[in-house]
Amino acid sequence: MTDNMYIERSCRISENTIWLDGAPYWKGLPAASFIDFAKEAFRLLKVDYPKFYKMDNLSKLVFLAADFLLQQQDKDGIALVMANRSSSLDTDIKHQQSIQEKESFFPSPATFVYTLPNICEGELCIRHQLMTENIFLVDECFPTETIEMYAAYLLRSGKAKRVMCGWAELFQENYDAVLYLVGPNGEKEHTKKNIEDLFR
Amino acid sequence: MVELKEELKGKIIEVLNLEDVTVGDIQDGDALFGDGLGLDSIDALELIVLLDKEYGIKLSDPKQGKAIFKSIETMAAYISENRTK
Amino acid sequence: MDWPSVYLHEANCVSPLGLDLPTNWERLTEGHIGIVQADMGKCGNVFVGKMAEDAIIPRAPTATGTLLEHMMEIAAAPLVKKYKPTARTALVLSTTKGNISLLDSGDIEGARVSVLAKKIAARLGIHTKPVVVSHACISGLLAVIAAKRLIQMGQYDDAIVLAGDVVSEFVVSGFQAFQAMSPFPCRPFDKRRHGVSLGEAAACVYMSREKGAFKILGDGAINDANHISGPSRTGEGLCRSIAAAVQEAGIDIGSIDYISAHGTATLYNDEMESVAFSRLGLEQVPLNSLKGYYGHTLGASGLLELAVTMKSMEEGVLLPTQGFGEIGVSQPLNVLENITRQQTRRALKTASGFGGSNAAMIIERR
Repeated sequence: MTDNMYIERSCRISENTIWLDGAPYWKGLPAASFIDFAKEAFRLLKVDYPKFYKMDNLSKLVFLAADFLLQQQDKDGIALVMANRSSSLDTDIKHQQSIQEKESFFPSPATFVYTLPNICEGELCIRHQLMTENIFLVDECFPTETIEMYAAYLLRSGKAKRVMCGWAELFQENYDAVLYLVGPNGEKEHTKKNIEDLFR
Repeated sequence: MVELKEELKGKIIEVLNLEDVTVGDIQDGDALFGDGLGLDSIDALELIVLLDKEYGIKLSDPKQGKAIFKSIETMAAYISENRTK
Repeated sequence: MDWPSVYLHEANCVSPLGLDLPTNWERLTEGHIGIVQADMGKCGNVFVGKMAEDAIIPRAPTATGTLLEHMMEIAAAPLVKKYKPTARTALVLSTTKGNISLLDSGDIEGARVSVLAKKIAARLGIHTKPVVVSHACISGLLAVIAAKRLIQMGQYDDAIVLAGDVVSEFVVSGFQAFQAMSPFPCRPFDKRRHGVSLGEAAACVYMSREKGAFKILGDGAINDANHISGPSRTGEGLCRSIAAAVQEAGIDIGSIDYISAHGTATLYNDEMESVAFSRLGLEQVPLNSLKGYYGHTLGASGLLELAVTMKSMEEGVLLPTQGFGEIGVSQPLNVLENITRQQTRRALKTASGFGGSNAAMIIERR
């Protein structure tokens, strides 16, 4: 089923560490909160993109993983197929707090817009100018087969040139992003086992 | 008025997450939208919330925002005239 | 490569207009609307398409659960009964906010979409792990697209696609903060339109590789890459989504007989759609939005409107755009104003939403 499709590159961010293709690339301060870690990692990228600071934490996480993953990459026709466990619950709770009490009922549009998990994909599309296929799924753990099949469909049908797949989970201080590029070049075949290896 | 303007700059930086901007960077007459601070439509909506939350001003028509949010100058003038808290 | 065709067999829905599709259809053709002025607590009085909860509880197959769970179960029950799920039947669920109102009482775990999915799968007797699509306002249509693609890849033989969302303080307050709530029942594509009315609904469709009443000819779901809340002024993503669907279908775009548009009645959405449709030369094709009847039912809307489209094609009747009077977009559109008899062979369904998302699907009546 997966002939001529390869996992070309991967990036993982969890526990204050960034990994590229399975090797540690950069480590933040061990005790740093996610928000401090994200700021530090963002500075490392040396990009001028003030919108980063306006994003919610899930979008920040995915933005960072994608930026490291796509360094020096051709971005033409990259579709997005992502999933997570907590949807946008981290931001949902913030919006809920702003409407919980009648006396302090001030819902914020800048918070509310992030109460949808696919917004993080929208941010990536804007950042990398990806006018491409997008889907966001929610599951208790990474739905390996579904993501594999969906990505393979997009490539085989010609609806995408490459696909950025992955897990984009963030809830409070627990986060884990595993993004990988599937395309026609590389050595690591796009198989269930090789995908599962990215999560080890 | 000077105090209100400085207070506004601080609040705008905070609620709009303008990370690399300081109070000293914003001139009273600077355009907030467009080329100025580069704010967008969500920021404009957020400023409507700020008027309500901090100064007790409810805009009856969000289109009024365009004139009010032109600069710190115009915002401060509108607030000092209409504030209820 | 040659892909197997995937067919839509039968649909059902639950909404303020009725607890099944035939009732909904009857009420729609009689011109009833589901949007009423309701007390939404801290959000005040707003126009929403709200269910009468006391009407639904007695019909619910399971006694306990949330309104959304009842609605989803009632929508799916007849289809699950008729098309018995096997070990190769997918359950593809679509929702934007699920049971989010449980956050009110601090039940964070209960508010998780995956918890809802598990419950629904168990109630319906589905054997496979549910696939949950949560992709803003295109979720309902994207769930059908996802199911079709996974069936084509051979992961499943068939699928129950089930979509639902309810009106909550959570969502209403957010749309209010966006200054996007209409002060009267929404008026899609109209000059006087002033925002959305939110609504609640559940909708369900059974689809498989076996030949059925409607064939899915093609689809696309392409991002604008422009803004996270505002639609693209050029309609780029929607144009590309429709073009991708047409290309896959291998048809002449001029053979599309009817468009079931998104038509939320916000200033920018309807304008964007008019630009996209006219760029593609679709301005003469009869078009409607059902938002004036149901309100915007978020993650349910794409599938709810597809279900009504199927019924519309079966009956040979196109519905008017409730709330529409005078065209209020920059490009000409053939907005349906009256109930119209028309045999529709090929229909285009579209949706667009936050995050710059768009979806399009072309179906053909066999």
